[in-house]
Amino acid sequence: MARITAGVATSHVPAIGAAIDLGKTKEPYWAPIFEGYEWSKTWIAEEKPDVVILVYNDHASAFSLEMIPTFVLGTAAEFKPADEGWGPRPVPVVKNDPEFAAHLAQSLVLDEFDMTLVNKMDVDHGLTVPMSLMFGQPDEWPVKVVPLAVNVLQYPPPTARRCFNLGKAIRRAVESYPKDLKVMIFGTGGMSHQIHGPRAGLINAEFDNKFLDLLVEDPEQLAAKSHLEYMRECGAEGVELIMWLIMRGALNDHVTPLRRFYHVPASNTAVGHIVLDNA
Amino acid sequence: MAEDYDIPGTYVFDADASRRGFWLNQFAMSLMKPENRERFKADERAYLAEWQMTDEQREAVIARDYNRMLELGGNIFFVSKIGANDGKSFQFLAATMTGMTQPDYAEMMLKGGRSPVGARTKEEWEMHRG
Repeated sequence: MARITAGVATSHVPAIGAAIDLGKTKEPYWAPIFEGYEWSKTWIAEEKPDVVILVYNDHASAFSLEMIPTFVLGTAAEFKPADEGWGPRPVPVVKNDPEFAAHLAQSLVLDEFDMTLVNKMDVDHGLTVPMSLMFGQPDEWPVKVVPLAVNVLQYPPPTARRCFNLGKAIRRAVESYPKDLKVMIFGTGGMSHQIHGPRAGLINAEFDNKFLDLLVEDPEQLAAKSHLEYMRECGAEGVELIMWLIMRGALNDHVTPLRRFYHVPASNTAVGHIVLDNA
Repeated sequence: MAEDYDIPGTYVFDADASRRGFWLNQFAMSLMKPENRERFKADERAYLAEWQMTDEQREAVIARDYNRMLELGGNIFFVSKIGANDGKSFQFLAATMTGMTQPDYAEMMLKGGRSPVGARTKEEWEMHRG
């Protein structure tokens, strides 16, 4: 049987991807951020998951405003890095486990989560920056990836509660897959940031650190929060944190934090990262 | 009818904004393609005329007035592609929207960013800004 062995959350700031691609990771501004992920890179290289379900959002790369799907599951065999205006990031093509993704799709829809299934899409920094942070710069990604894209660009995104419950349905879907697969789930985006309007630059370290505490101990409280509270407290774009609840919902009630890291700033954003053992 | 979300200094991009800003955002997204970037650079007004945008939206683009673009239905993840096309960093765009210089804005971020104190509701935002 397939099972979820761990959950990982991380910000997916585009400037972090650029720093990696341009070889700036040792510069004083960036070094503390990359040092924050060293432990996790070693850990995941030893853990060797077979598949990662990667929860992220597209940033006007694969999806225009012609259609705004709330939850997208990528069911293609592979996904190319998107050209976000500066040429595609020099990272490997993302390979799916399409049989597993098809099983997830079927299980989730029959479990009343009406996913939009996508057989052709490019993946942008929302997906590739977490991959680079966790796996470095290999020629091929050492893991299969099922992309799960969430609408957080157009209000309203799904509620925090809906995200948390989707995580629970993902767990049921994974555990009903007959093959032995070691699965991890990543929740990405956040932490506090606002990158538009006169209130741009908002950072709320107190909120973020409390969020990290509650993510481990009492995610129910996070699932109960409204969009308005997230946007007000951690920035209009900080509402991305609801995607971390999909990851958390897929894990046991009790999890063990293995690694936690927080840093301000990366460009306009607070960087947060946590690794949760699901043993 | 536009909703009022009571978050200051923020343009909540909802379905109403998405409809109003549809062509502005589609234009901005078109700049992901190198050939479109070249055409826009060569003659901005001519390229903008090809899109079904309002004159106000076109003027906001020409002026690189990002807050105005957002007010007219722009979404930051779309209109920021105009800035990328200009060779500007995201931090530059963010700074211009706050009315700060880029060095001042960068300094604010290095010091921990903008505090949420006084920035949670429109009423307290007005009080703090006098």
